[in-house]
Amino acid sequence: MTSFTVNGRDVDLDIDPDTPLLWVLRDELRLTGTKFGCGVAQCGACTVMLDGMPRRSCVTPISMVEGSEVTTIEGMEGPEITAVQTAWEAIDVPQCGWCQSGQVMSATALLQQIPSPTDEDINNAMAGNVCRCATYVRIRQAIHDAAKTLEG
Amino acid sequence: MTAMQTTRRGFLAGGAGLMLAMTLPLGKARAQAAAAAAEPFAPNAFIRIAPDDTVTVMIKHLEMGQGPYTGLSTLVAEELDADWAQMRAEGAPANAAEYYNSAFGTALLIQGTGGSTAIANSYMQMRKAGAAARAMLVAAAAEEWGVPAEEITVKAGVVAHEASGKSSGFGALSQAAAGQPVPEDPPVKDAKDFVLIGTDVPKLDTVAKTTGKAVFTLDVFRDGMLTVVVAHPPKFGATVASFDDKAALEVSGVEMVRQIPSGIAVYATNTYAAMKGRDALTVEWDDVNAETRGTAELFEEYSKAVAAGGVTVEENDDIAVLEDAAQILEAEYQFPYLAHAPLEPLDAVIEVKEGKADMWYGCQFPTVDRGTVAQVLGLPLEDVTINVILAGGSFGRRAQGSAHLAAEAAEIAKASGRDGAFKLVWTREDDLKGGYYRPMTVHKLRAGLDVDGNIIGWENVVANQSIMTGTPMEAMLQGGPDATSFEGSSGLPYNLGAKRIGWAKMESPVSVLWWRSVGHTHTGYAVETFLDEVLVAAGKDPVQGRLDLLPADAVRERGVIEKVAEISGWTGSTRDGKGYGIAYVKSFGTYVAEVVEIENRDGVPHITKVWCAVDCGIPVNPNVIRAQMEGGVGFALGTALHDRITLAPGGEVEQSNFHDYPMLRISEMPEVEVAIIQSDADPTGVGEPGVPPLAPAMANAWRALTGTKQYQLPFSGAIS
Ligand code: FES
Ligand code: FES
Repeated sequence: MTSFTVNGRDVDLDIDPDTPLLWVLRDELRLTGTKFGCGVAQCGACTVMLDGMPRRSCVTPISMVEGSEVTTIEGMEGPEITAVQTAWEAIDVPQCGWCQSGQVMSATALLQQIPSPTDEDINNAMAGNVCRCATYVRIRQAIHDAAKTLEG
Repeated sequence: MTAMQTTRRGFLAGGAGLMLAMTLPLGKARAQAAAAAAEPFAPNAFIRIAPDDTVTVMIKHLEMGQGPYTGLSTLVAEELDADWAQMRAEGAPANAAEYYNSAFGTALLIQGTGGSTAIANSYMQMRKAGAAARAMLVAAAAEEWGVPAEEITVKAGVVAHEASGKSSGFGALSQAAAGQPVPEDPPVKDAKDFVLIGTDVPKLDTVAKTTGKAVFTLDVFRDGMLTVVVAHPPKFGATVASFDDKAALEVSGVEMVRQIPSGIAVYATNTYAAMKGRDALTVEWDDVNAETRGTAELFEEYSKAVAAGGVTVEENDDIAVLEDAAQILEAEYQFPYLAHAPLEPLDAVIEVKEGKADMWYGCQFPTVDRGTVAQVLGLPLEDVTINVILAGGSFGRRAQGSAHLAAEAAEIAKASGRDGAFKLVWTREDDLKGGYYRPMTVHKLRAGLDVDGNIIGWENVVANQSIMTGTPMEAMLQGGPDATSFEGSSGLPYNLGAKRIGWAKMESPVSVLWWRSVGHTHTGYAVETFLDEVLVAAGKDPVQGRLDLLPADAVRERGVIEKVAEISGWTGSTRDGKGYGIAYVKSFGTYVAEVVEIENRDGVPHITKVWCAVDCGIPVNPNVIRAQMEGGVGFALGTALHDRITLAPGGEVEQSNFHDYPMLRISEMPEVEVAIIQSDADPTGVGEPGVPPLAPAMANAWRALTGTKQYQLPFSGAIS
């Protein structure tokens, strides 16, 4: 039995301890905002917050999550996620959309740590998030825009 | 929805409001007879107006990021005079009669997305559909209010009669409108009266895609559904000789294992169990008909084939003039197989219940897939429903003439031996190793200059596999050569003197497919880098040299080349340690020229900026056009820098995931500046045309900066 919380809700699961958190979220809890792109920590589509830090859920076995707090895009709250999503929508960042939950999660984590990131900060924080549609120009712009809103 | 009633002239009225069902072949209105069994989501409709005023447009082209939900809805909203906030979009289900793509010809009606045709083939059709609905709303209001229709105005979703002070939203009129006759050929607006076309209306799918709420195939769950992964042969053309599923069946969650034509299917109660079960399989493969040549060996054969000249597919004067040239240049180019790698790997959900099959997935050729599924399951076509939903990218991968994914899903359902729901999931490894690649290609080019540096002859021989041969699309070739193999080598606008284009058709069990911009992915590179090299050898500037080769009537070609030179401040020389290169490619009716600025970072090319000029006729949504150019640049750049699919000697694919088939990262993405040419020509597509000019412009900039010519892609390494 593995016990943890997801988006503030207690979860107890009797499941193969090797099962990646990604598939638990998707198949068992039906939280489908978290996406699958590679399964080997190469694309960032599966990014969630684990105890407040961004984490690739595809390579996080459920056994490692025991006692932790998991937050998915469905459960994110706070000024950073609001600023990020507002900025994303204002300039229509998404194309196919598959990577975007992960992009939004990583961008939010970045702004939580560095409120006014430079281009270099963005390159470092977002390096693990692939966008096959290459919406990178707008991702960069939206992060800067969100940072400005947060400065108020 | 309450009971439907059939009304005159084919309109369907019911609790859900007005459904306008019409197809407009050859621009002529033709109302569809209402099917007795029609339901609110019946397929024979483009527009649905609900009592709550929302207008839903049934989008016949797959939304995979290129923007048809927004673009096609804009066309309807424009003529309907709707308010943008009331517009919604939904994927149209498979129905060839209603939703065929006129750009694919009419000999065989195919509902499908490809060739950047969504806007081009829908432009008048969607506008006429919107105009007809508007006319019916107006007629209904005139009848209800007892006023002349000519005095009624429609603006931003409000139908109004000024003199009487009456006004209404669409929803309240939809029932009455449904009873009005269908206008045969409703007039559409003059371009000068456009309110929405040409503006940056917000995309309809942005919010759902920013909040994680958008529903893609992998997000579909049905009661009792099993997830299925398939062990495919490691070599193309191999088949199952024998298999042992004992260990797989012991994996907790694995329910069954079945042999299907494409491999061994493992069915489980969750995705991880299915993958683990597949890992536990032991399969012996029969390689008798498999491709066992490696990439190096294949390139040797391709090289011999281009040397032999191929069959002539385009020719004007005798290419023998090259013998009189003062100077001859020659080059041979090698292009690898490429995977599309949409970020959502292939997947499909199928449910078979009591002799009917339903599917949900990001389907790009709905009617082709529907026929295949019906055939595999032995069902009449009407009993197969394909619900087309959002796709997490495609770039051509989901447009399968072979319908192999739908067929695999149907085989899985069939092999289960029972009714049930199944989600077929391909992993990234399945995707990269699974074939349907951009064909590997070799180009041989020769050009001759006279003593004054004028080009007097040009020969280009291309060797690759045919994409269309062996699929239902082959009928479109009408026995001729497959132009998707050499498009862009043929049909050049430049005056190059005597010209011969040859094609050598290669054969292999490796499956190939169109990959974002198809033939132009390699012809654009070979032609535009070689031309650059020739112009420089003749002492000419790459921009002026190209302009000089264009005939007087090549106005749009000239337009984008001049525009990109202008916005990039083209000087023709390197400055501040940066090199500049230009390329121009017309593809799918759209004209694009790009200039690349490049730096040499310890021998590695780094692109800092790209300027792009695009002429796609009337720009329906400039924001979407810019987004597609930006995305096309990034997609092409990542590929040119890093990507190749290679076969080891013996025939196995050497790449498996993004560590060895790398995607462009944000740190590699240049700034992109886009100029859209103002035009009143009919609109053409933008999904693909941003791709072809990038790699050649980059190679030209790199050569200008370093002197190094790049005859192989990717840049990151020679292909052994
Ligand atoms: S799916 Fe987890 S990083 Fe790609
Ligand atoms: S929007 Fe398609 S992968 Fe990022």
